[in-house]
Amino acid sequence: MDLRFSADEIAFRDELRAFIRDNLPADIRDKMRLGYGAEKEDTIRWQRILNKKNWAAYSWPKEWGGPGWTPVQRMMFLEENQMSNAPDMQVFNVTMIGPVLIQFGTDEQKKRFLPRAANVDDWWCQGFSEPGAGSDLAALKTAAKRVGDEYIVNGQKIWTSTAHMADWCFLLARTNPDAPKRQEGISFLLIDMKTPGITVRPIISIDGTHHLNEVFFDDVKVPVSMRVGPENKGWDVAKFLLGNERTGIARVGRSKERVKTAKEKAREVMQNGRPLIDDPEFRRRVAQFEVDIKALDITQLRVVSAHDKARDGKPDPLTSVLKIKGTELLQSTTEMVMDVGGPLSMPDWAQELAALSNEPELGPAWATETTRSYLMLRAASIYGGTNEIMKNIVSKAVLGL
Amino acid sequence: MDFEYTEEQRLLRESLDRLLGDSYPFDKRKAYLAAPEGYSPAMWTQYAELGLLGLPFAEEHGGFGGTAVDVMIVMEAFGRVLALEPYLATVVLAGAALKHAGSAAQNEAIVPQIADGSLRLAVAHGERQARYDLNDVVTTAKKTPGGWRLDGAKSVVVHGDTADKLIVSARVSGDRFDPAGVGLFLVDARASGVARRNYKMRDETAAADIALSDVEVLATDALGDPERGLAAMQRVTEAGIMATCAEAVGSMETMLAMTLEYMKTRVQFGKAIGENQALQHRATEMMMSLEQGRSLAMLAAIMVDDGDADQRMRDLSTAKVGVGQAARFVSQNAVQLHGGIGMTEEYAVGHYFRRCMVIEHSFGDTGYHLSKLAAQVG
Repeated sequence: MDLRFSADEIAFRDELRAFIRDNLPADIRDKMRLGYGAEKEDTIRWQRILNKKNWAAYSWPKEWGGPGWTPVQRMMFLEENQMSNAPDMQVFNVTMIGPVLIQFGTDEQKKRFLPRAANVDDWWCQGFSEPGAGSDLAALKTAAKRVGDEYIVNGQKIWTSTAHMADWCFLLARTNPDAPKRQEGISFLLIDMKTPGITVRPIISIDGTHHLNEVFFDDVKVPVSMRVGPENKGWDVAKFLLGNERTGIARVGRSKERVKTAKEKAREVMQNGRPLIDDPEFRRRVAQFEVDIKALDITQLRVVSAHDKARDGKPDPLTSVLKIKGTELLQSTTEMVMDVGGPLSMPDWAQELAALSNEPELGPAWATETTRSYLMLRAASIYGGTNEIMKNIVSKAVLGL
Repeated sequence: MDFEYTEEQRLLRESLDRLLGDSYPFDKRKAYLAAPEGYSPAMWTQYAELGLLGLPFAEEHGGFGGTAVDVMIVMEAFGRVLALEPYLATVVLAGAALKHAGSAAQNEAIVPQIADGSLRLAVAHGERQARYDLNDVVTTAKKTPGGWRLDGAKSVVVHGDTADKLIVSARVSGDRFDPAGVGLFLVDARASGVARRNYKMRDETAAADIALSDVEVLATDALGDPERGLAAMQRVTEAGIMATCAEAVGSMETMLAMTLEYMKTRVQFGKAIGENQALQHRATEMMMSLEQGRSLAMLAAIMVDDGDADQRMRDLSTAKVGVGQAARFVSQNAVQLHGGIGMTEEYAVGHYFRRCMVIEHSFGDTGYHLSKLAAQVG
């Protein structure tokens, strides 16, 4: 048993670190360091730089334009990227539709979509949730009726992140309303967002941004060749999609970066005439986070090192630990940065500034932007299966309750 | 990076689980507790035969040259059954003192006796006024023509009641809190001037308070430089943290397994209580705490012999905090989910609860180590 990385692994990490340092555009890095989210153009710009080295599709095999990395290498890549204030990879492209097509897609689908997904030539979004189907995804009602060599899609999706900027949508629709089990009548379809009959309506979230959407499908025609996997077997594809990515879900690197930023800012912020970092209560809060992050760090290494070993198809209980603890830590470390800003975290001055560009700042940008990020991250324990649903799954699948 | 056990470690784990599975069911443990020693001398002999007692000692001194990960495996197994024998006191704590302060001659003389099970030791360091501060030592050692004369009192000496020899810390110079001037001395527990007041701790582990008055110690029985014993005591404490973190992980495993079993079989309102979502989520959180704790117990085992003192101490404190919090959460909820039966002396879960409680209050509690870590935030 040895926690240390091998010389090869350390050399690999150094290579990653150096490349990111030398190639991440300074304007993106500076913006993200302040706590701004990456915009579409930032994500595309950075992902294309990485894709020139075949690193963008970091979890894919070489055959399809990925680097063919080991789980340890993938984990190192994500951590270095997160700690460097670099945009994440386009998640729908890289961790969702890519692996799905590699596993279930036809040769034609792979050739057409994979290189474009890696390079973000297509921006993908995910059409899963519906007004009546959130955690209970199998309750979805959007219908795809087969007519000749087309499906006619009707229905509504909701919480569709980035649908308003997407070129393509992968979507679950009901192809057999009479199936004996709800899960057995669902198919997995790829839809060009320019197809007539699609309407995207914005949902403004509590962080004040437009990230989420409602998407309406009104007699939208989808060629049968755009179905992934067999008809009525879309649930298997969806399960694979939701469960396939084990490394990186904890986003430990980002939590580490948040703690580092909190300490940095706490040296500047004063309380009772002294830097906040001298406050014993604050130091204890940081120390507790460092304990929790260290534990999660090692838990993640345990998952990664067990990754290649056979588990007899059983779910690894540690994966759910990563998801639940990882999101909790990311939320609470971001909350701490916001708290460091104190009252200056409260003005929503970015909008003011845009309107009155000659006025002085109301406070430091990192404070107000962290608050936006804090608000946005409340979703981290909701999307991809709420943490409560995760606990339901663990108690049945792992604990046998 | 590698989280696998070696083939030998797998065998060690298997043979331990086999032995303890047969010999340490809860009712047999009750019988061991009732023995005059408060544990099973027969088991002690079996541990010696299995090579456990010489495990972490250097081969040239008569040990088996095992690693901290080997000790972690042993302590986890002991934690699963609440083993009562003085392994922590003799092999882990006194062993660390010998390793980090003892001379080759002292090790060569003592290690074979530990390994064959004929010599039990205890480390007598803590004092009533000191709480968890290692440097707070008022017991004195005064130079005599033949060696040293010890005076003072040591409190909560784990397995001090049955120990044949004590490793006693005493101040040879400096004031009460001075980190320098504390020596370690090998003292015969039956020597003139040593008075033991024996008792059980809350988890039924045996312990003693030890009064020392005019205890004569030979110069050759000082372990290392008597001006610099505290550094070795620090290592003893770290070894104790590492071992009890592993023990707590073993105890948490058993508590979680017992709780899950109970949730599946206890019927209320016409269904197993484990069908209630509130309880399912609690059990999931217990599992998560256990696994996060296990990660930190591994960190402790991997770091405890590391040469980078600052990093080592930080990681050991980190493990102590994280495992302490995990064990508190798991044990409190194990009792809670068992309901009334969890409160009874007759049922095992409360015994695991109390072992974890005692562990948390050994070698510096959660708050103590969190404060140490907080002081280093920068």
